[in-house]
Amino acid sequence: MKFDFDWKPLLLAPILALVALPLTGSFSTWLTLTVAGLAMGMIIFIIASGLTLVFGLMDVLNFGHGVFIALGAFVASSVLGLMGDWTGSGELWRNLVAVFPAMLVAMAVAGAVGLAFERFIVRPVYGQHLKQILITMGGMIIGEELIKVIWGPAQIPLPLPEALRGSLFVADAAISKYRLLAVAVGVVVFGLLAWTLGRTKIGLLIRAGVQDREMVESLGYRIGRLFVGVFVVGSALAGLGGVMWGLFQQNLVPQMGAQVNVLIFIVIIIGGLGSTGGALIGALLVGLMTNYIGFLLPTLTQFASIFLMVAVLLWRPQGVYPVANR
Amino acid sequence: MFLKRLLSNDMPRSRLLALLLVVLFIALAFAPFIFPGVKALSVAAKVLVFVVLVASFDLLLGYTGIVSFAHTMFFGIGAYGIAISASRLGPNWGAVLLGLVASLAISLVLSFAIGLFSLRVRAIFFAMITLAVASAFQTLASQLSDFTGGEDGLTFKLPELISPSFEFSEEPFLGVSLDGRLLCYYLLFVAAVVLVLALLRIVNSPFGRVLQAIRENEFRAEAIGYRVVVYRTTAAVLSALFATLAGAMLAIWLRYNGPDTSLSFEIMIDVLLIVVIGGMGTIYGAAVGAVLFVVAQSYLQDLLRVGSEAASGLPWLAALLSPDRWLLWLGVLFVLSVYYFPTGIVGKLRARAAR
Repeated sequence: MKFDFDWKPLLLAPILALVALPLTGSFSTWLTLTVAGLAMGMIIFIIASGLTLVFGLMDVLNFGHGVFIALGAFVASSVLGLMGDWTGSGELWRNLVAVFPAMLVAMAVAGAVGLAFERFIVRPVYGQHLKQILITMGGMIIGEELIKVIWGPAQIPLPLPEALRGSLFVADAAISKYRLLAVAVGVVVFGLLAWTLGRTKIGLLIRAGVQDREMVESLGYRIGRLFVGVFVVGSALAGLGGVMWGLFQQNLVPQMGAQVNVLIFIVIIIGGLGSTGGALIGALLVGLMTNYIGFLLPTLTQFASIFLMVAVLLWRPQGVYPVANR
Repeated sequence: MFLKRLLSNDMPRSRLLALLLVVLFIALAFAPFIFPGVKALSVAAKVLVFVVLVASFDLLLGYTGIVSFAHTMFFGIGAYGIAISASRLGPNWGAVLLGLVASLAISLVLSFAIGLFSLRVRAIFFAMITLAVASAFQTLASQLSDFTGGEDGLTFKLPELISPSFEFSEEPFLGVSLDGRLLCYYLLFVAAVVLVLALLRIVNSPFGRVLQAIRENEFRAEAIGYRVVVYRTTAAVLSALFATLAGAMLAIWLRYNGPDTSLSFEIMIDVLLIVVIGGMGTIYGAAVGAVLFVVAQSYLQDLLRVGSEAASGLPWLAALLSPDRWLLWLGVLFVLSVYYFPTGIVGKLRARAAR
């Protein structure tokens, strides 16, 4: 696979940016939109990354993934609420000290709930796609309602910590500080995922298990347990994505998971259901497209990513990096 | 014999189910006389609308094995068709007819386009693509406020004959005033019966058998020589058209339509719940499920309120039993029914009768 690497999809994002350049009018506007779009794409990648794992590696159609996103965001709002002294201070390091525990707790809670979700909702329906869609939808309803029971049905504000507000100016382009943090987190997530799946023994076993489960099991490895681990990691990543998305929106509603679902489905369809690299490209494309269209034709923003998906699927009906053997 | 032909040879095949269906039919046929009160009649009318909507979805999910999340989009198109044309052209039958025909045409084109484009791709893609299209359509409907009334929706008048102010007899009959509302209910009732029988006809025709073959094994169906894409697209279009008619029924009954009334994702979830609880792949299941669900939806909240008050000593239990959380209990029921009753009520009853 390394020898005939498919580089064409890598050009998509630069092409999109180049097409947008003459349309936006001025270079500084274009730069602002592009940087904002790429950063938004990284946030979308973080929330979509967990689902690509669950989809692509375990072949589970988890329509309830959005619940973990919402859960992560709500847990983070509680944690940050407890640390008012730290988030309110203007010093960057104190803010970061507040945000990172919030992320960790959100990931831990989402991962733990993911473990229960896998055991009680997903396990009876492995290999049955229709039932997976139905039962995980049921799981999403239950999860959303439980969030309403715990945090109440109303909106909750999730303000950004003091030092992460506002923008930096580089070459006439405004770059909001929070988006820089998002890019950093996104790069770390992508790097860790690519490294774990491509360079470690666990990644090797997971990929082998996807290819030929029985063969790996006969070598003495417990693929079942490993895959539960994949599900938990996927849920935890959703929790992290929820924190990032919640801070980006600065406002949480219990239905946010279902709202985000549409976006991340588009991203992983573009990416090819299960490819981490594909999801990254899909997310960056969606981020860029949303920002350009939002500036040029605001009423069409909602449709931008759908147009994008249709265009990509007309080009490659299986997504940009189809996962083999499926 | 006549009954057999009417039901397209698809008999209930379970004495209990037959009894249940007869009771439901009689209850709906005489609802205005058996259950007095405005709320009861509204619930009955909603049941009629949902029976058609859910049965049309079952054609897609249960018989063809396609998971679509865009079904409420067609439901909404039907409702908006009536709403827009009646509010623009005034309360006359021509406007109602025009709205109906126009919305059917739009649904036809749209479902055909979606079908042709996305039924070629994998089943998973279809589910997600329809989800995206439906959410975009909902946004469109609330943004085009000049046309659709935006978030507020449209309130409109319908022909005199089926409006509550029209009384065709001074004397009440069996304690029920004979007015346009009653006539409107029976209009819906007749429409629902005709549409459900038509759906039964479709699923029991050779065409319907091919759909089931595709559901069971797409590869073999293709190998025998059926063009799977053609059949799937036809099923998607038919199902969309029936959903459009259900939407028109809803608009005619409510004389109002807005995004939350006919387009919201909650309705889509309701439809999924009903199909699974009633029994996939049986039009009867859709009917039984719709009745149970709508009645539960309308009265479960009252029951939960009682439970919540009884549990007021334990705050967390009271929060779980709060009437606003009725969807939680339906979600639990849904998961349990996928676990233990994968064939739904109808499948379970038929399996019992076959033993």
